[in-house]
Parts: sequence; structure tokens; C-alpha cells
Amino acid sequence: MISIQAEDFDLAHEYAALRVIAGDAGAIVTFSGLVREVYRAGEAITSLTLEHYPGMTEKRLAEIAAEANARWQLLATRIIHRVGRLQPQEQIVFVGTASAHRQDAFAACEYIMDFLKSEAPFWKKQETESGSHWVESRDADAEALVRWQRRDD
Amino acid sequence: MITIHYFASVREAMARDREQLELPPGVTTVAGLVQHLGQQDARFARLAGGDNPLLVAVNQTIATPSQSLAADDEVAFFPPMTGG
Repeated sequence: MISIQAEDFDLAHEYAALRVIAGDAGAIVTFSGLVREVYRAGEAITSLTLEHYPGMTEKRLAEIAAEANARWQLLATRIIHRVGRLQPQEQIVFVGTASAHRQDAFAACEYIMDFLKSEAPFWKKQETESGSHWVESRDADAEALVRWQRRDD
Repeated sequence: MITIHYFASVREAMARDREQLELPPGVTTVAGLVQHLGQQDARFARLAGGDNPLLVAVNQTIATPSQSLAADDEVAFFPPMTGG
């Protein structure tokens, strides 16, 4: 299941829901991403605003989840991504995967996060006391996708 | 009519989040549309010709310049994505 929402999420609730959906899972991996209290030119960021492309976001995330399901034996996947204005240390993203065995759950969770960062249409804007700036995409995120392609070769 | 969406820094540079237009005669691909929009609006020409990558989606799927366009397509222009 995929949710794009302004509201926060509750880890215990999501974990409990995954246990119910996954039935006879032997492993559940959950990842939570948080807004970091980063500095930009010496200034701490005061907020992070997430913009997204409604429709395409859900579509691409569903494709990424389907790709993960094709690569590994999964019993359930859950993706939550928050949008709107967030404060440092708030939760921003959740990915949960359930499988019979831990290897598949770990790998699928990492795969979904790696592709979500570079291929789901979200954009982050950081605000500081003196202004706001769009976050630039990181080469490291693109390299993470290349690693998955190499594993296919 | 095609619908064009602009997101994030591209939306701010264009000073609008969307517009609709009839596909001009002779414009059959994404590359043709980019050229047309650049001729219509210097702001778009700067985005398309600048150092920062400009991504395009057609009907909510990432597209290449050679992709063909149909009369009622949904096209979107945006910078590289920064989710997570």
C-alpha cells in the first residue's frame, strides 16, 4: 500500500498492520527517514518543504514496489511519504517490507528507498533564516541505482 | 489541448504551475515541444539550455526528447527528484 500524506505516521501502527497483512512472515524490515538538522552556509535549516507530482508519484512508487516484488519473495510492502512543510527531526518517509526470510526483506527495503530517492517525483526545499533553496540531487543517490543494475549483470 | 505542468524550481522560474495549449503544427515530439516553448518564453529557453538538468514526463512517465506527443497528452517539466 502507498500513501502520500501531510500527516505524520505511527511506527507501531504500521508495523502491526504489516504483521496482519503479511500473515506467515518470518521477517519484517522497517525503515524510517527523518528530516535532518542540516546546515546550509553556516545556517541551520528551519524547515523542509516537500513538493510532489500528484498522480505520477503514486504511479512511480507502485512500479518500484512491483519491481521489488518481482525480484524478491515479499509478503507485504508499505510506503508512506509525507509532503508539505516539515520541521527538523520529523519523520518524512516510511518503507516496510515483509518476507519469509530476512535477506529478502532487507534487500527489498533498501531497493525501494534507493529508487524512491531518485525516481519518485518529490522535491525538497530547505528554509533558513535568510531564505530558501531547492535541494540538489546527489550523485551518491544516482550511484546507488547503478549498484542495483550491476547486481543484475 | 496538451496540459503542461511545471514543478519545483522549474515552476518558480516559469512563474506558473501549469498551462494548456494546442499542439502547434509540426510539433510531434518532446524535443519539438521544448523548442516551441523556448521560442514562446525566454524563461523556458534558459531552463532548457542551462547547466541544470531539465527532466520531462509524458502522461506521468519519464520521457526522452525523441518521444512522440499526442493531442491530449499531459507533459511535465521538473528538476532532478530529491525524495526520501
